Amino acid sequence: MNVREIRDLLAAEPLFHDLDADYLDLIAGCGTNVRFQAGTMIFREGEPADTFYVLRQGKVALEINVPERGALVVETLGPGEVLGWSWLFPPYRWHFDARAVTAVGAVALDGACLRGKCDEDTRLGYLLMQRFARVSQERLQATRLQLLDVYGNGR
Amino acid sequence: MATVAEPAAAGPMVPRRYRVRGSTVETADTTTIALEPLDDPLPEPAPGQFHMLWAYGVGEVPISVSGDRGSDGVLLHTIRSVGAVTAALCGAAPGAVIGLRGPFGSSWGLDDAAGRDVVVLAGGIGLAPLRTAVARLLAERDRYGRVAVLVGARSPADLVFTRDLERWRGRFDADVEITVDHADAGWHGDVGVVTRLLPRATFDPAGTVALVCGPEVMMRFASEALVDMGVERRRIRVAMERNMKCAIGHCGHCQLQHLFVCKDGSVLAYERVAPLLGVREL
Repeated sequence: MNVREIRDLLAAEPLFHDLDADYLDLIAGCGTNVRFQAGTMIFREGEPADTFYVLRQGKVALEINVPERGALVVETLGPGEVLGWSWLFPPYRWHFDARAVTAVGAVALDGACLRGKCDEDTRLGYLLMQRFARVSQERLQATRLQLLDVYGNGR
Repeated sequence: MATVAEPAAAGPMVPRRYRVRGSTVETADTTTIALEPLDDPLPEPAPGQFHMLWAYGVGEVPISVSGDRGSDGVLLHTIRSVGAVTAALCGAAPGAVIGLRGPFGSSWGLDDAAGRDVVVLAGGIGLAPLRTAVARLLAERDRYGRVAVLVGARSPADLVFTRDLERWRGRFDADVEITVDHADAGWHGDVGVVTRLLPRATFDPAGTVALVCGPEVMMRFASEALVDMGVERRRIRVAMERNMKCAIGHCGHCQLQHLFVCKDGSVLAYERVAPLLGVREL
């Protein structure tokens, strides 16, 4: 898949909605089309976070391994959602495991490449940071609701 | 053996006798009981209405109708055991006699949703009052636009009506999504709060009718998420839960400022209740 095709894929995703065409070209230059079979570990906790993914098909589980309890699923992500933001912040390491629950199609974006482009063009950096901040804010709100355990009735 | 007296002239405060025909354990603390009439059956409930259920010698509680079995007058009620009365109802054996009053309250108003997209958003046992609405939506599928049924629960073991959910998911004319707040790797479904399902559902927010039922805090967040997507507050209906006693708007136990939840609700337009939901200790 060439850069133009990746650019078109990214343009259709909510994260990059309404982004300038020039910036989409820049970002697409850091992207590759990837597929994972069901059950594949996409990344593991502690590994270098040098890539993030814009999911196009399938479902990914974010997991954390708890001694004597096994893998607990923290959240699942699906088409149109972003997998991973640890590439944005030092020390650039994953905090969870990511496992393909079903066959997954995604655009993988090279985080180091993108960070370099953001350093060179701070407006691009600001636009991307705004979008990732929105994603992280939505996930934080959802996590807070999860923590409320609203169905728990004190159990 | 003592005989049970026939009820006095029918009135809204006089329970009618129903016999437990059978029960289904839904989860560790939730049971669905099927009740058949011993006296004249109560009027047919509309989706969203509730009955007052008497566990004789224990007490009375409001329980939404979660299903009916057609012409023989059998009614289903799904009950979570959280206290003495609900524990007695959950534990009622086949043949046990229970008193019923009702049906009371407002309905989901499905006729007003005809021709529109409908989003059903249920959390936990909140699916029970919505079950008859979903059944009606799917039975009369041509009357509505797109139908999305989004269900959240605490964990896979806390999902109710799992057979229904599987059957609904098998349909190609409805978007049925399920998520749980907590799961281990053995669960292959979604994990996350129920509001996270909204962006994945396909519907046109302008004109969409949303039916929301679950814990109040969940309904608040879900309704605001729908508003953020462009759904009008007047088209969002929420099922409120308060301490209903008389169920006919006389005693005031369920009063929510100017609203009697038993009589004006329990299904209410979000635009009416939104200003009240943020009022502390109301």
